[in-house]
Amino acid sequence: SSQVVWDTLGNRQFCSYKITTKTQNFCRNEYNLTGLCNRSSCPLANSQYATVREEKGRCYLYMKTIERAAFPRRLWERVLLSKNYEKALEEIDENLIYWPRFIRHKCKQRFTKITQYLIRIRKLTLKRQRKLVPLRRKIERREKRREEKALIAAQLDNAIEKELLERLKQDTYGDIYNFPIHAFDKALQQQDAESESESDAEKEDDDEDMDKREFVEADDSDLSDFEDMDKLETSSEEEQEEEEVEKKASHSKSKGKTPLKGPARTKRPYIEIEYEEETEPTTKTKAT
Amino acid sequence: EKLAAKKKRRKEREALGDKAPPKAIPKTIENQRVYDETTVDPNDEEVAFDEATDEFAPYFNRQTVPKILITTSDRPRGRTVRFCEQLSTVIPNSHVYYRRGLALKRIIPQCIARDFTDLIVINEDRKIPNGLVLSHLPDGPTAHFRMSSVRLRKEIKRKGKEPTEHVPEVILNNFTTRLGHSVGRMFASLFPHDPQFIGRQVATFHNQRDYIFFRFHRYIFKSEKKVGIQELGPRFTLKLRSLQKGTFDSKFGEYEWIHKRREMDTSRRKFHL
Repeated sequence: SSQVVWDTLGNRQFCSYKITTKTQNFCRNEYNLTGLCNRSSCPLANSQYATVREEKGRCYLYMKTIERAAFPRRLWERVLLSKNYEKALEEIDENLIYWPRFIRHKCKQRFTKITQYLIRIRKLTLKRQRKLVPLRRKIERREKRREEKALIAAQLDNAIEKELLERLKQDTYGDIYNFPIHAFDKALQQQDAESESESDAEKEDDDEDMDKREFVEADDSDLSDFEDMDKLETSSEEEQEEEEVEKKASHSKSKGKTPLKGPARTKRPYIEIEYEEETEPTTKTKAT
Repeated sequence: EKLAAKKKRRKEREALGDKAPPKAIPKTIENQRVYDETTVDPNDEEVAFDEATDEFAPYFNRQTVPKILITTSDRPRGRTVRFCEQLSTVIPNSHVYYRRGLALKRIIPQCIARDFTDLIVINEDRKIPNGLVLSHLPDGPTAHFRMSSVRLRKEIKRKGKEPTEHVPEVILNNFTTRLGHSVGRMFASLFPHDPQFIGRQVATFHNQRDYIFFRFHRYIFKSEKKVGIQELGPRFTLKLRSLQKGTFDSKFGEYEWIHKRREMDTSRRKFHL
């Protein structure tokens, strides 16, 4: 009747253990020896069948014979195999003596595979285990959202700039940068406090500055007699504006390499303006 | 209906002219933040004393020079590797070593023997870095962060150059509570104590609502009141997950602080760093 079973279940009608894929059929039955759905591997379609299964690290040999086909509860007979590999193989042989070659061979193969993976499990548990922590989608989304909002609230660029300017004010950079204007003013005030003559001299200097600057402006307007009148006019205006701004900021071009002292500057500002004025046109023309 | 109320208020204000009441300050999350009792007062003596005697004291007294070891989890993918390299250029005196399956417990004694002061492990998941373990080595605290939005140097929109070898400055913003203070000190101890101002580089750790944003910039002072910054270097955000007292030990370590989701994430106005 095993032939009948195979004819119905195996190929024609429905078998609930059977899984079909493009190239092969698999059998999901837990007592199946090879895992494929074949005439010789189906535990339902063979009245004499044997498998090796492992439970909690120990291997057992399961056997099914025709005599017990009527008693489903006692159908599968279980034999514990020894832990020793060779001994277990001998036990399989002696239990399955006079059984078909196919089943014996496949049982031994299956047993070998099982012992190999048990060894690997034992080795891996000794090494570092990678713990998989599941991500919670809702939480991930929430965190992402909050991070974005925090980023916007942080206004990082502004914060960094503010902090840097603060550090500049508190003089953590020392003498590298050249426009500590409050220091410049302080130096000015000191000089005022010291003596009046010096302050007068400064005033004179300032007046000279103004004169010089007027003189300089006149020069620029003379220059406008050249060919490219418009260009030079606009550039000269820009130069004047820049000079004014620069004088107020007392900014040195060489990005902080040569620090000039404050008091020294008060004595010779007009010279500096000339210097800057000379360099201005060259840079301007190069830019254009 | 909110818009209508706003318009009405603005009209009233204009109508009143000078006699109008001053503008109300808008409520932000930072304003409404639940007051944390562990906020550090700048003049707190106890905190100052603590800081003088904790594990970072040798660094802040300039007895030790930081030497950092950067490594990853097993089998790092390309993005993580590149991120490690960029991180090592940002942090001076740092070395990247690959981890070919070595156990952390075993490399820590080796690191201590070779005089490293800090260990950074970048954890990776699905080819992107997503976690950072920062541990101060001679028996110092270990902080475990979740890392997000990592941008490599070429992904940042700018036309700048590479960071140079100068020691950058460090900015630590907004680390207010006691916990935040210790985390801030951890970050500060990564960098050598004396920044080279010639380099004009600054590394910023900005804490906002428990997210720490890391940026690396180069700055130029255009004038007295104006500074320009250009972003170079990688950027990432960190969120603190746990802080352990000793070096990294997942089983037996003594945790100083763990983020407990059920308890700590309930209020939207409560932050811990």
